[in-house]
Amino acid sequence: MTLSVGVAGIGLLGPGFAGWAAARAALAGAAPFEPAPVAIPPPALLPPTERRRTGPSVRLAIAVATEAVQESGIPPEELDTVFASSNGEGQVIAGILEALHAADGAISPTQFHNSVHNAAAGYWGIAVGSSRPSVSLGGHDQVFATGLMQAAVQVVAGGAPVLFVAHDVPLPPPLDAMRATAAPFAAALVLTPQRGAHGLLRLAYHAGTAEEPPLPEAMAALRAANPVARALPLLAALARGQAASLCLALLEDSHLAVEAAP
Amino acid sequence: MFPLAIRAITATSAMGTGRAATAAALRDRRGGLAPCDLAGMPGGVWIGRVRDAEAVEPPAPLAAFACRNTRLAELALRQDGFLAAVEAARARHGAARIAVVLGTSTSGIEETERAWARRGPDGALPAYDFERTHDLHALPRYVRARLRLSGPCVSISTACTSGARAFLDAAAMIAAGLVDAAVVGGADTLCRLTLHGFGSLELLAKGPTRPCAEDRDGISIGEAAAFALLERAGPGDAGGIGLLGAGASSDGHHMSSPHPDGHGAVAAMRGALDSAGLRPEAIGYVNMHGTGTRANDAMEDRAIAALFGAAVPCSSTKGWSGHTLGASGALEAAIAAICVEDGLVPGCLGVDRPDPAFASGIAVANRAARIDRVLSNSFGFGGSNCALVIGRLP
Repeated sequence: MTLSVGVAGIGLLGPGFAGWAAARAALAGAAPFEPAPVAIPPPALLPPTERRRTGPSVRLAIAVATEAVQESGIPPEELDTVFASSNGEGQVIAGILEALHAADGAISPTQFHNSVHNAAAGYWGIAVGSSRPSVSLGGHDQVFATGLMQAAVQVVAGGAPVLFVAHDVPLPPPLDAMRATAAPFAAALVLTPQRGAHGLLRLAYHAGTAEEPPLPEAMAALRAANPVARALPLLAALARGQAASLCLALLEDSHLAVEAAP
Repeated sequence: MFPLAIRAITATSAMGTGRAATAAALRDRRGGLAPCDLAGMPGGVWIGRVRDAEAVEPPAPLAAFACRNTRLAELALRQDGFLAAVEAARARHGAARIAVVLGTSTSGIEETERAWARRGPDGALPAYDFERTHDLHALPRYVRARLRLSGPCVSISTACTSGARAFLDAAAMIAAGLVDAAVVGGADTLCRLTLHGFGSLELLAKGPTRPCAEDRDGISIGEAAAFALLERAGPGDAGGIGLLGAGASSDGHHMSSPHPDGHGAVAAMRGALDSAGLRPEAIGYVNMHGTGTRANDAMEDRAIAALFGAAVPCSSTKGWSGHTLGASGALEAAIAAICVEDGLVPGCLGVDRPDPAFASGIAVANRAARIDRVLSNSFGFGGSNCALVIGRLP
């Protein structure tokens, strides 16, 4: 069973990738890839009071979502959304855990409502005034491939475009020792029922392990630094704009086979 | 996408372990809430604690998953012939053609809370299996391994709609042809983060929660695990229990306060009815989200009244179970199935009369009635809304 979806817009933010448009040449191998610290912009779409409350994971998600949706030309409030993150807003979770173990044990109400895994989706909905359905997924190291699969499922089942956003930032100490994430990374795709400006993706779920495609050394290091960066082989294929066939690992016993057709 | 057959459904919460105990608690109006006796929790609150789960251990090969959330999930999986029903589905479709799609808000974070209390002088956490306990993917990974399935594995975390949303996302997977069946539902367990979190918002009730009461004073937090097995419905399934429709929406309004007029709630309910091809009058009972807070219940009453007037009986069953957060949508889907099978409208527990300002048909006493279709609501932080229609398959 193959899920066939178009790609109408792409957003990207990560070390050395300051947006999809800026990153495209390096991803395609046409320019050198130079990792650099990520500047995460404050979410200009949100009113100032809400903007102040957002953490780095939410800001990263909104930044790539904004870029992808702008490129697609689809009004943001018309898109169902699938958000995927393995770590969520770790700094909020760590802050609450710290407060729970402090003498007075008091936690802030804002921190609590920001601790939900769907915080990014919630702020996106507020930012663009959307009442469209939204789902937020976990997925540990397989978070990108799982989210992509589920977003494609929604496009095929619902016959309407879907905004897919995968985003992860490093966890603060002491949680970082339990789950190492070395750099922020986020990618967004606007997926459509028909072929988009970036062509078509055909996705198939397979039981059984698969080799993830090789990457140049610096990009391979980035792939190991953030679960969402496992999207890099697919992003490189989209940047080259040529037909490509690759595997994205799911759990230890399964994978997503991806064919990109420009 | 709809209808889908519900081949098996099971629920475990403070109101009962398994469906028969849950049904008996509803019939006898015997709630599962009690004063909170867990250490380190806010004072003076009631909780829905599942003591039976605390001594349950996962099978040895999966011991690394042991945590409060896994124990409760394991206890729930053992009820109502659920393991055998999945085994039969595995024989029919193959292990790779059955998805596991489960919701949770906090997964096994209780394990990290315990570890945090034992941090070393340098602040470092003691060793524990973060990936198989705290991580959101731990729940569906455990259930998938426990059921010996190898299909797609999805963890959903949309706060208090997680368990309901799992039904909708799995339905899309079946409709898209990715799988032939899905194990859906959710599990969420008591932890300090959620109790103190709702405490910080001043939303915890002083006694057992009393949704829809005029003097309701907030939520009682509970824990639950509930699972269902979904498959395409065939001609032989008429009259059996199924998922007839599902709808979702976002408020786009505020992170923790619902839109006061309930626009998002109305959109989710309307979406569920439309997907089922049903008009409001086809619904025999509405199982409310009904958390017992002033704001939620008032908003939900307005939303229900906008669609149904006062014609359809509605109630919240959280007076029995407490608010089981990311599991509540799945628990209440199982309760909806019980209401259809047993012909029961369970009136809100511990409520003498509904809030006189309410315009919907709030039930406060049990009544026997033929119920063919139940609409079940779930709403959550981040403005997430989801509604399911559970009922007899046409």
